[in-house]
Amino acid sequence: MTSLTYTLPDERGHFGAYGGRYVPETLMQAVLELEIEYKKAMADPSFQRSLHGLLKDYVGRETPLYFAHNLTEHLKGAKIYLKREDLNHTGAHKINNSLGQALLAERMGKRKVVAETGAGQHGVATATACALLGLECMIYMGAEDIHRQQMNVFRMELLGAKVISVNSGSATLKDAVNEALRYWVTNVEDTHYILGSVMGPHPFPMIVRDFQSVIGYETRKQFIEKEGKLPEAVVACIGGGSNAMGMFYPFIKDETVRLFGVEAAGLGIDTYKHAASMTKGKPGILHGAMMYLLQDGNGQIQEAHSISAGLDYPGVGPEHSHLKDIGRVHYESIKDEEALEALKLLCQLEGIIPALESSHAIAYALKLAPTMNRDDGVVICLSGRGDKDVETVRARLGGNE
Amino acid sequence: MTRIHKVMQELKNNNGKAFVPYVMAGDGGLQSLPERITFLEKAGATAIEIGIPFSDPVADGPVIQQAGLRALENGTTLKAVIQTIGEIRPIVHIPLIIMTYMNPILAYGIPKFIEDSFRAGVDGLILPDLPVEEEDIIAGHADKAGIEIIRLVSLTSPLERIHNIANRGKGFLYAVTVNGITGVRQGFNEQLLQHLKKVKNISNLPVLAGFGISTSTHVQEIIQYCDGVIVGSKIIELFNQGDLDGIVELINAVKTVKNSLKDL
Repeated sequence: MTSLTYTLPDERGHFGAYGGRYVPETLMQAVLELEIEYKKAMADPSFQRSLHGLLKDYVGRETPLYFAHNLTEHLKGAKIYLKREDLNHTGAHKINNSLGQALLAERMGKRKVVAETGAGQHGVATATACALLGLECMIYMGAEDIHRQQMNVFRMELLGAKVISVNSGSATLKDAVNEALRYWVTNVEDTHYILGSVMGPHPFPMIVRDFQSVIGYETRKQFIEKEGKLPEAVVACIGGGSNAMGMFYPFIKDETVRLFGVEAAGLGIDTYKHAASMTKGKPGILHGAMMYLLQDGNGQIQEAHSISAGLDYPGVGPEHSHLKDIGRVHYESIKDEEALEALKLLCQLEGIIPALESSHAIAYALKLAPTMNRDDGVVICLSGRGDKDVETVRARLGGNE
Repeated sequence: MTRIHKVMQELKNNNGKAFVPYVMAGDGGLQSLPERITFLEKAGATAIEIGIPFSDPVADGPVIQQAGLRALENGTTLKAVIQTIGEIRPIVHIPLIIMTYMNPILAYGIPKFIEDSFRAGVDGLILPDLPVEEEDIIAGHADKAGIEIIRLVSLTSPLERIHNIANRGKGFLYAVTVNGITGVRQGFNEQLLQHLKKVKNISNLPVLAGFGISTSTHVQEIIQYCDGVIVGSKIIELFNQGDLDGIVELINAVKTVKNSLKDL
């Protein structure tokens, strides 16, 4: 299965056949410099001190690993634990990466930041980190997502960011990435691009994974403290794949731990209304990297669909693509309806309103846990809280629940 | 001698400068591509860059992006464009260069794409999302078929990198004239002109400047520092407006400038 010496990406930023740096020449110097500066920063104790100090006192780490007793009893299967990334400042795992990259931008002397956002969680996290460090912040967001996530737009603006509506394509995350990349090409000399997931040209998939891997390292340590062993399974939702990659990375070498990435099946993977790039996509190149992509036979990128704006992306990070091919991570998909049911169940049994993104992971765990022994442990990455989604959920459930 | 090398050599011998217009294949229907190609050749184009539409063209500005979307709505595919090039090739003498992003080529299959392009008489490739670091994916196949990959250098490329790219280059070197995406701009600054001189000094290949060139004045200004220009967005606009005289006027702008480099 996996080697105990998993050291990807290679020096060219490849994860097996995936990843790389498929970007315009204008950006090459920026991504090459970013890689050098990132490595220097990570080796610098003062950078590490700043990052860890802020993660502890500003973000609120470490986040709890909560034993979901009621849900476990309800399912009568494996013990279910929730890694509470929803309790981070700004309400999702995104702040781990935004803060890390904003510190990196500051260190590189770049006072301006551009970012894309889907559900708005990465936008809010980036706007927050920029406000904290006094950086100028510009966020591209699809018009469709602006409509779905108005409260997050307001939060970003309140935090001092400029939110720019993107009307091209499907007016969602994919198109916001296009526009953020265009802005970066044009303003590369004084601007850092805080990419929000484990995608884009090398070194972004590595940087975002590293900043998010705090999730998995904490989980590993906390689970051993609570149960005296490693969990049997770990489940996380996948759009671009940053919370999942951060959760999975520290477990890759632990061959006894089964890893599950859960994509959005939208209205169903046999319709065209889904975001299941691993299940239905083919390897291709978009936004600077080779990865699994939803595309037609002519290589045109297809629009993704999910009830959850954060999963509404037609690709998935290159490291996930590689982990699929080598069989280390199992990739599954969950429909909109199943995610909504899981959200309701977690609200009612545990008093936690999860993000729609995370609800996909929960929905899969609801299927998985009953097939396992009662001594087994399943950790679900609860990547974000559901406050941002209550309007969407209310519209779907009619407000009577 | 390749077709691109031949036309560049002829220009040099005749003290001339290159003009390479860009057309988006399938904008206005794929049936309009042959007539646009023959029109541009007759008007004096040195070579033609034929754009293949892609759903997510991050290096392009709104004009080319919209043209690409129109072409996609017309059902344009890479396969059909290669076929059309093959049909028009016997009566077109200047080089035909495909410009597209990597994904349509990957979906086509790289070896098959190169084989079909070779058979159709494609002379070169411009791939804006393929830096030299990643070009092994296609360069070997292209070299074997004699299809030249035109490498790009940008304002942000450091000296050593420009050397490296210029040394690997084939056909001509494409000097991107702005930090940014394709599209019409007001003018150029001195930094650009210095940059072009630098690239020109380094490169043994002809250096053609592109991105943001849209008026005869631009052409005449910039062409004093390079061997030719590539014009995209403006050509698309002029075709859409039916302003064929405007296209002829732009092409003629290169002919009034002698092939000597101006000192800054």
